[in-house]
Amino acid sequence: MAQSRFMRDILTGIENLLLHKLRSFLTMLGVVFGVASVVAMLAVGEGASKEALEQIRKLGSNNIIISSIKSIDEESSATTVSYMSIYGLTYDDHARMAETFSTIKRTAPVKIIRKEARLSTRMLELRLVGTTPEWFELVKRPVIAGRILMDEDLEEESPVVVLTEFGARKILATEHAIGQSLKMGGDYFEIVGIVKSESGEAGNIQVPDQQVDAYIPIDLAKSYFGDTMYRRTAGSRELEMVELHQIIVQVDSIDNVESTAAGIEQMIRRFHKKKDYIISVPLALLRQAEATKRTFNIVLGSIACISLLVGGIGIMNIMLASVTERTREIGIRRAIGAKKKQIITQFLIETVVLSTIGGIIGVGIGVIIPWLITYFSKMPTVNTALGILMPLFVSAAIGIIFGLYPAVRAANVDPIVALRHE
Amino acid sequence: MIDKAKPDSSEGIIRLEDVHKIYQMGSNQVNALAGVSISFERGSFWAIMGPSGSGKSTMMNILGCLDHLTRGRYTLEGEDVSDLDDDALSEFRLRHLGFIFQSFNLIPQLTVQKNIELPLYYLGWDAADSAKRATELALRVGLDGRLDHHPTELSGGQMQRVAIARALANDPQILLADEPTGNLDTATGEQILNLLNELHDQGKTIIMVTHEAYIAAYAQKQLHMLDGKIDRIEENGNGTK
Repeated sequence: MAQSRFMRDILTGIENLLLHKLRSFLTMLGVVFGVASVVAMLAVGEGASKEALEQIRKLGSNNIIISSIKSIDEESSATTVSYMSIYGLTYDDHARMAETFSTIKRTAPVKIIRKEARLSTRMLELRLVGTTPEWFELVKRPVIAGRILMDEDLEEESPVVVLTEFGARKILATEHAIGQSLKMGGDYFEIVGIVKSESGEAGNIQVPDQQVDAYIPIDLAKSYFGDTMYRRTAGSRELEMVELHQIIVQVDSIDNVESTAAGIEQMIRRFHKKKDYIISVPLALLRQAEATKRTFNIVLGSIACISLLVGGIGIMNIMLASVTERTREIGIRRAIGAKKKQIITQFLIETVVLSTIGGIIGVGIGVIIPWLITYFSKMPTVNTALGILMPLFVSAAIGIIFGLYPAVRAANVDPIVALRHE
Repeated sequence: MIDKAKPDSSEGIIRLEDVHKIYQMGSNQVNALAGVSISFERGSFWAIMGPSGSGKSTMMNILGCLDHLTRGRYTLEGEDVSDLDDDALSEFRLRHLGFIFQSFNLIPQLTVQKNIELPLYYLGWDAADSAKRATELALRVGLDGRLDHHPTELSGGQMQRVAIARALANDPQILLADEPTGNLDTATGEQILNLLNELHDQGKTIIMVTHEAYIAAYAQKQLHMLDGKIDRIEENGNGTK
């Protein structure tokens, strides 16, 4: 009974709004565009930050990645045509790190060599990654076939290789992969497993693994390929000697990540004359990305507030005009026995219906816009439940806030004056 | 739908005791009502007459619980309503009064049926009962088959019939009519007056403001106002034409 009465009130409100279809529609537009822009902006913002956050999380929030880089002063002094540069992380760095910090759970040394791999007639340049089984613990990727590297492989220095799905597909095509011999450099390696791998980058930070990776035991990489290699740069060939290209460290708990990173930084600095390393902490990047997202949301929120405010003012304006126009109706209702609060309710229902319908249409448009953006520009967008429901509630709230003053004004009309109103 | 007349019909259903209404118009006060005392008996039919500015409109507003008195006492259906607040006065109008206006005062965007149902809506009736009652009332005032029309599609006489049906919807004891025939031609006006007469015969107390003597002649008694005071009261023989 009470509910059917409420439905009747809403229907009456809709009927009244339909009396002035164009006016109601135009009044609604403010809220429609306000809500649509909020929903669309939230979806775009959410999509952009979600992708970045996702990538950073893949780096492992407990991980610290120390990479070798050629220091800047050395780069600029390399004027000779052929020059041997020695830089980067060392085996000693790796050993010291694991010994020094009790907070470190596991480490994986990484040695990277670019080699051409050959299987019968197919060829592919691979990024040969010499590492330990710990790598697979740190960079968690699903195993597609076979197995990953094992401690025995390291001890026995068995020539085995684990490929990525991408690399395996490229080089093996349809042939069965496991057990095949892959020729890299001058040596043959037995393919023992295939893992999935990540492609691309997370913003400007590289994920540790790549699509063209081939994983071999690190000692094997060292003894087969050595620590020196040629690097071809524009017009010059230079010899480089790098022991380790990367050390990935996993810390026991997320609380210790930043202190451990600072400790590692101090320790390495003591043993390296030049700054030929870079420490990246995914957790710090994650925090940074989250802070950026927060700022972004605040800016979006402010813009949204302004556009909804404009919409609300539009509604208030029209409702005030409507109250004046319907003064006589108000007088009649009051004379018949309507209480002030019943008049307030009547007008409030009209504004809330107006703004809520505007909100619903706005959400509809606001969902389509990100979809179109994704469709045409491939930019990811995410519509969250909150990003849809929140603007909807806000639009209803706008109806109440901006409808209240006109409604109270309607209720305070003196029935005697109102009945004489033309 | 015969209204039960209470046994103590001789007692005033509406009593004004030394009622004053003073308006502040800029710096000077206007005594719209200056000490009016009168009692309208249950089931009576009164015409209030007087030149403009005599206070008859103010009187109607006070009687209709639309305005507060400045001084005095107003008793309606045995209850003192002089000091009631806005909500209580609204409730009183809803339960006990029916208004009929010169300009009909129907709500243009509502159908005839919805207009008639309006008091029932505020009384909290459900849709089905309201519709049934509206149909009955339409028949009673001589409207039929026009319930789904809008007021603008009706003639003046039909509009006033709708207004009367609406005034009867809450089954009030008292009908207040403010120049009910003022916007109608003589023939239609006569029909409306006859309708009021019928309602009077059915036991309603009717108070009607008019400035036409031949219209006032339809009432039982005539109350003549002058300068905010009662000038004289006349009895109209048997009360009907």
